[in-house]
Amino acid sequence: MSRGATVLFDAPGPRARVRNNIMTLLAVVAVAAILYFIYLRFDEKGQWEGRIWEPFIRPETWTNYIVPGLLGTLEAAGLASVLALIFGGLFGLARLSDHAWIRLPAGAVVEVFRAIPLLLLIFFIFYLAPSVLGSGDYTLAALVTGLTLYNGSVLAEVVRAGVRAVPKGQSEAAYAIGLRKSGVMRLVLLPQAVTAMMPAIVSQLVVLLKDTALGYIIAYVDLLNMGFKIIPAVNFGSLIPAAIVIGIIYVGLNMALSALATWLERRSRRSRKSAAPPIEPPGAVGVPATGMGVSAVD
Amino acid sequence: MDDLIKYAPALWEGFLKNVQLSLICAVLSLTLGTILVSMRVAPTPILRAVGAGYVNVVRNTPLTLVLAFSALGLSDTLGFVFSDEPRSNGFWLVTLGLSAYTATFVCEALRSGINTVPLGQAEAARAIGLTFFQSLTMIILPQAFRVVIAPLGSVMIAMIKNTTVAIAAGYLAESAFVMKDTFDDTGVSIPIFIGLVVAFMAVTLPIGFFTGWLANRLAVAR
Repeated sequence: MSRGATVLFDAPGPRARVRNNIMTLLAVVAVAAILYFIYLRFDEKGQWEGRIWEPFIRPETWTNYIVPGLLGTLEAAGLASVLALIFGGLFGLARLSDHAWIRLPAGAVVEVFRAIPLLLLIFFIFYLAPSVLGSGDYTLAALVTGLTLYNGSVLAEVVRAGVRAVPKGQSEAAYAIGLRKSGVMRLVLLPQAVTAMMPAIVSQLVVLLKDTALGYIIAYVDLLNMGFKIIPAVNFGSLIPAAIVIGIIYVGLNMALSALATWLERRSRRSRKSAAPPIEPPGAVGVPATGMGVSAVD
Repeated sequence: MDDLIKYAPALWEGFLKNVQLSLICAVLSLTLGTILVSMRVAPTPILRAVGAGYVNVVRNTPLTLVLAFSALGLSDTLGFVFSDEPRSNGFWLVTLGLSAYTATFVCEALRSGINTVPLGQAEAARAIGLTFFQSLTMIILPQAFRVVIAPLGSVMIAMIKNTTVAIAAGYLAESAFVMKDTFDDTGVSIPIFIGLVVAFMAVTLPIGFFTGWLANRLAVAR
């Protein structure tokens, strides 16, 4: 139960209990009605037939389609995560530079790539690559480059916010003991900023993992493509079961990552290793200590 | 540059579809998001569970899957059809999927807004005899909305950019498809890409500034 819920109502009295019971009853009836409606619709369109669900208990479906698809998704997500973190780190630090000729171009790059709809960017790279580099299969390259540029730009903002969240006294003390600019950043600011950034970084990685599904549109062989194009093509009519199975895999992966982000946030709130408070994920409400986990806007 | 001028009418028409989609989805997702957040803070445990379940499942599903499922699953397999005309059917399927997806982010933003409303506000509302629904609509939500204007702005900007994914639902009229179609015809064209990016920025940047300004103006003084 969220804390908001307890803010809104007291321990119920006799009348409120009756009202709550009526509400519960109505809600149960409504939910049951919706589920029954879905059941009927499935029945009418023959979606309960064992024939279309059967492929998912055969091991070949998993070894030939779902697992390779999942590996494709994870490969794109893994590559893009590493590259986006490098891109984000470089550009985040460049935006903090004392030299305007580094700071301003880096700022422009970050702002522009954050504003471009990701799919347009992926399409553009996908069509640009063959005309520049010659023909070949650029689905993975286009997907990873697009994801890197977009998520890297968002992460650059996270890095900037993280370094800025370290109290000023830390860098002043570091300068006072004679460190140079690079030493202050490398030995004092970054180690503390990383602790503060971790939850926001992980929730941005959830966004990145979800966005790998855009590869479906340029026919990159990922989980969505296997599940939605290839499995229903091989096993005729298995579209809905396939959607449910790959939906569960996506939701499971993302919820596990989100849980990791929440755990990291709690840990870094307690941590004494960093003087900086954990920073909000991009797009989230700037309210400290809401204690409701973290999620980035996508 | 010639490419951009030559294809500008088609691209503009596609872009207008994105704007249409955005406007309808903005209304629907804000409404659905408010309903969802009311469920998530309701005194009835089953409503809370349903709200939380919906938000967690849909928010963690890739938008591409949501949209592809609305077209291939809901419409083609299960027979939920809005219109016999494929293009307008596609339009409403995208609206449905994108609103259902965006509503979860609206709900999460509002919920963190509700968490910032001081306990005393709700207690005072109960003390003067307001019911749960009255205190939610008259006391809590108005304050929660004012806190989360800027985050809601980011949600709306993300939604506008997400209208380009409509192609996954088989809706082949908006600007991302027109751009792809043009590239298929004439090969890649940098001016066309830049033109579209500028068009999107012309919509999203003012929204960012406006919601930022509005957030300051309407900030709840505490």
